[in-house]
Amino acid sequence: MLDIARIRGDFPILGQQVNGRRLVYLDNAATTQKPRQVIEALVRYYETSNANIHRGIHTLANRATEQYEAARGSVARFIGAAGPQEVIFTRNATEAINLVARAWGDASISEGDEIVLTVMEHHSNIVPWQLLAARKGARLRYAGITPDGRLDLDGLRQLIGPRTRLVAVTQMSNVLGTINPVGDIAEMAHAAGALLLVDGAQSVPHLPVDVRGLGADFLAFSAHKMLGPTGVGVLWAREELLAAMPPFLGGGDMIAVVREETSTWADLPHKFEAGTPNIADVIAFGEAIAYLESIGMANVRRHEEELTALALERLGRVPGLQIFGPASAAERGGVVSFAMEAAHPHDVATIADGYGVAIRAGHHCAQLLMRALGVPATSRASFSIYNGEDDLEALIEALEGVNRVFGEGRERAAVR
Amino acid sequence: MSEPLFDDLYRELILDHYRRPRNRGPLPAPTLQAEGVNPVCGDEIHLDLDVSDGVIRDLGFWGQGCSISQSSASMLTERLKGRPLAEAEAVTGKVRSMLVEGAPPDPELGDLAALEGVAKLPVRVKCALLAWNVLLEALRQAKQAAQEERHG
Repeated sequence: MLDIARIRGDFPILGQQVNGRRLVYLDNAATTQKPRQVIEALVRYYETSNANIHRGIHTLANRATEQYEAARGSVARFIGAAGPQEVIFTRNATEAINLVARAWGDASISEGDEIVLTVMEHHSNIVPWQLLAARKGARLRYAGITPDGRLDLDGLRQLIGPRTRLVAVTQMSNVLGTINPVGDIAEMAHAAGALLLVDGAQSVPHLPVDVRGLGADFLAFSAHKMLGPTGVGVLWAREELLAAMPPFLGGGDMIAVVREETSTWADLPHKFEAGTPNIADVIAFGEAIAYLESIGMANVRRHEEELTALALERLGRVPGLQIFGPASAAERGGVVSFAMEAAHPHDVATIADGYGVAIRAGHHCAQLLMRALGVPATSRASFSIYNGEDDLEALIEALEGVNRVFGEGRERAAVR
Repeated sequence: MSEPLFDDLYRELILDHYRRPRNRGPLPAPTLQAEGVNPVCGDEIHLDLDVSDGVIRDLGFWGQGCSISQSSASMLTERLKGRPLAEAEAVTGKVRSMLVEGAPPDPELGDLAALEGVAKLPVRVKCALLAWNVLLEALRQAKQAAQEERHG
């Protein structure tokens, strides 16, 4: 069991009241809150170590470079990378995926090639491939979902064929919470000679993820969804892939020698990090990883799985509430999307806010999935390590409030 | 702890229009049609107008979305049925002033004054304005058609 009271004490933002009530933050799939250790690392860096990295001779430049590269080492260890040269810092997971679409995709995709996606993907794992497909005359193919919100694996298997160059799939749906069997998908992709990109934006923050056993060729995730600052994302890829890929952005820090017409590239990982990076936030991200490691990702997962099981059970008892996604918490992360018969998701979120409960409402940047589910939008509660049963109780109370405010509508909706 | 009150935002009139939308559905022979989507939240409003001699004879709306967007559309149709086009423009301006600038509701708004509480929630203002932006698009078409008639 996690010591939630102690953990909450590390998150200054959680100590406040919203609309006269204790803030209950259940929008963790959008972004998590930051522990004091991460916030202090930002301040400490600017107060003691601020300098530009990699080129300086002076003491501060060395200190900043060491801290920045130490954070890279922490990320590499956290995901089981072969080494820090496989960890590229980007602005966010979106940019990491765009990096692959540009640097790998432009060099590897030709007319008639196929990229296989799923309708479960976040727009960030759809639109970069649409742009690539338009540039190259390639074709996108989409695997669907089963009625209970699982990936249709048989359908996916049939879509992967001799023209498939890449399969890009989320490890955990940001709407349904569904955890996809990445290992099986990797086997399907590799058997067809295709590569596998895994969107880990939701999974890396909440599950133990080790790239050695994952089977993926590319993995993208964001710091801000795992207790770290905004403005930092990670692309992990196998070293030989990164070595063979041309650069993404050009500029300082990514070159070896620059001549009038051409240049040569810096070694990995710097080849993919043009310009001054987000030094302070990367260093603070290292603290976020240290924080998660101090708890242990297996413990994070166990806590969130228990809370999700409780949420599925309690939310299921709220009148007029429908839950989307797999029925078993073992098959999903701490993300629960739902619809209420009485009120639209935006009204649900507004009323929840009146109770101090922060949930999200809308299409969650997953319009293909909304269409597959046959709804315009959902309400979504998503958990992190500082959430407990009391947060769930506050959510239930707010949802009962929704039924009270919109109550008459529910009866009438049934009559219509 | 006492229950939070939502009387200011979810006034009975808004809930009533949400539950029992007026003038819902397409018109048999509209002279003007417009539609709008709020890409952020997916709210959707379609508006049919039957205009002759500068007067809105009938309106019909349909779509999907939250209580604020749908009740605003319902109240729009009720307020403007049988009214001149020029009045539609004036009312739109008064709705905008109330929602965007936080001006006290103009007496001419009638039931629409119930949307006043939305002004305090910036993220929901776009919900209330959606139908009115669709109306403006329809009015723009009407002006364009009238101009073409004059010059044609």
